[in-house]
Amino acid sequence: MDWTEFPEMGREELRDLKKGIDASFREFSRAYGESLEAFFNPLLQFMIWFERLLLATPWPIILAVVAAFSYLGSRSWKISIGAVLAFLAIGYLGMWEDTMATLAIVLVATMVCIAVGIPIGILMARYNRAQSLITPVLDIMQTIPSFVYLIPVVMLLGIGKVPGLLAVCIYAVPPIVRLTNLGIRLVDREVLEAADAFGANYRQKLFGVQIPLALPNIFAGVNQTIMMALSMVVIASMIGVKGLGVPVLRAISNQYLALGLMNGLAIVVLAIIIDRVTQSYGRRLQAHRNGGDHG
Amino acid sequence: MADHDNIKVKIKSLYKVFGDNPQSVIGEVQQGMGKPELLEKHGHVLGLNNISLEIPERKIQVIMGLSGSGKSTLIRHINRLIEPTAGEIWIDGEDVLSMDEAALRDLRRFKTSMVFQKFGLLPHRTVQQNVEYGLKIQGVADAEAHERSARWIARVGLAGFEDHYPGQLSGGMQQRVGLARALATDAEILLMDEAFSALDPLIRTDMQNILLDLQEELHKTIIFITHDLDEALRIGDNIAILRDGAVIQEGDPQEIIMTPADDYITDFIRDINRSKVIKVRSIMSPGGVSGQGAQIPADTSLEAALAPLSKAENQTCTVVDKSGAPVGTVSLNGAIAALTPPESDEPVAMQY
Repeated sequence: MDWTEFPEMGREELRDLKKGIDASFREFSRAYGESLEAFFNPLLQFMIWFERLLLATPWPIILAVVAAFSYLGSRSWKISIGAVLAFLAIGYLGMWEDTMATLAIVLVATMVCIAVGIPIGILMARYNRAQSLITPVLDIMQTIPSFVYLIPVVMLLGIGKVPGLLAVCIYAVPPIVRLTNLGIRLVDREVLEAADAFGANYRQKLFGVQIPLALPNIFAGVNQTIMMALSMVVIASMIGVKGLGVPVLRAISNQYLALGLMNGLAIVVLAIIIDRVTQSYGRRLQAHRNGGDHG
Repeated sequence: MADHDNIKVKIKSLYKVFGDNPQSVIGEVQQGMGKPELLEKHGHVLGLNNISLEIPERKIQVIMGLSGSGKSTLIRHINRLIEPTAGEIWIDGEDVLSMDEAALRDLRRFKTSMVFQKFGLLPHRTVQQNVEYGLKIQGVADAEAHERSARWIARVGLAGFEDHYPGQLSGGMQQRVGLARALATDAEILLMDEAFSALDPLIRTDMQNILLDLQEELHKTIIFITHDLDEALRIGDNIAILRDGAVIQEGDPQEIIMTPADDYITDFIRDINRSKVIKVRSIMSPGGVSGQGAQIPADTSLEAALAPLSKAENQTCTVVDKSGAPVGTVSLNGAIAALTPPESDEPVAMQY
């Protein structure tokens, strides 16, 4: 026997296997593609509406909203003034519309991730079995190259906002699931036992003790999710999502250094602003933990 | 009190085995297999070994033992935070082990409340919200919960701290919050799991005083876990001493000091301040009452009795009960003899 050559599956069989998988998935997308599109239609309408809203709003109002949110989040003048200056620069350099489009998809993706991720995280924290089933799925979602899952998504839903959103969410949802699960599991057993001893039922424990005490961790998950959604903007633009990713893609294929740099930096600036604001908000969430000078 | 002999909580032949399959070995344990043998043969740990206790209503029942004796496990069986392997638990004649989830929740909401060694306060809620916690779970309306919690916060001396977070308070203050939270639900049974053990000695004495003061007016059934004999003697109406998951002696504090059941307990009580703890009634000779001479109330400690005894005629006094009726006599020699602790047969210092 020849040990240098691996005993491969026959060429024909391998081809048939691949063909078979492709064909059956094509069948599947033909059969269910339309109903899936119909299912996602409300989401699409919401995205379109939200993007239009951002674009139709006069820029001074957007700036005011940005300033207000960053101040409410961080309680720091420095961060809010920095955010406003960054947005002014972005607008002045002609990236306002793309930035609004990116902001729209990132914010919608974050909402979807929160709505899906937190309940899954709660489920994982409650049942060990759910945790052992879901953890490998999360691992796959985070490590599989994004281009690979773009293929079935595009086959199913074509090119556009919804498949883009889906791709972003697949990549961005794991951290919030993981950190919700972790946060709930890290809640002090003594406190939970006290809740039990006073006769709290599952809901009272979940909403009265576990989620509030896990909130700093859950919020760290939200922060991570936003960051990852932003980092998917360029890849999402490959399947038809408008925003800062589109000019970056154009810059790659045409070797436009300045265009790529400016739009890339705009993504970075958005990321930094959102990160600083959400992080300092997260820190304030646990203010009660170090409120005192007593032991 | 007329009803002081009513049994509030009854524990009968309670066993708890920790391990993978406790039911498979419980038979052998009930046949008398001991802790070391059980661990060796079956890899299971014996937590509670045939515990039977009758806890009287409106009294403070202390359960004392060193770490590993199973005392915290035992108290958690009363409200079924831990499920027993075998045995019975009755509260007010109701079988706790046959309760379904809803009935058990009601038991925990309305009949028992608990104070924890590490306080178990909700760190994200203020003092006021913590004290209201049990009431909110009971479903008490906001306004009433607010009013009741405010009353208890004031009662434990924390008025003015309502809006502080637990993390901003000292340990003693946090445990006052824990106590107020437990009292606010108006539960008849108060379970206190080493409630004062984490506190500094001075604060601990302070908290014991608060508890005794409250008990004088509330007359709850209190089950108090401690590893501290002084604490047990000070607050207990009744003490059960636990070792290796079994009750080795049970009785009122005087009984335990005057007639320790074995060497383990003898060693335990050797270092206590006998002159403070032992009461005249424990050493008096009943009868032989003339009603003459100096009188000493039966609940006087030896320490306080020595001076009157030494001045008395024949160095003997008449002991009188609360109503002033003579019940016996006590002599100076008897009092001095009682100050010497009984000797154990062997040194047991390293036993636990």
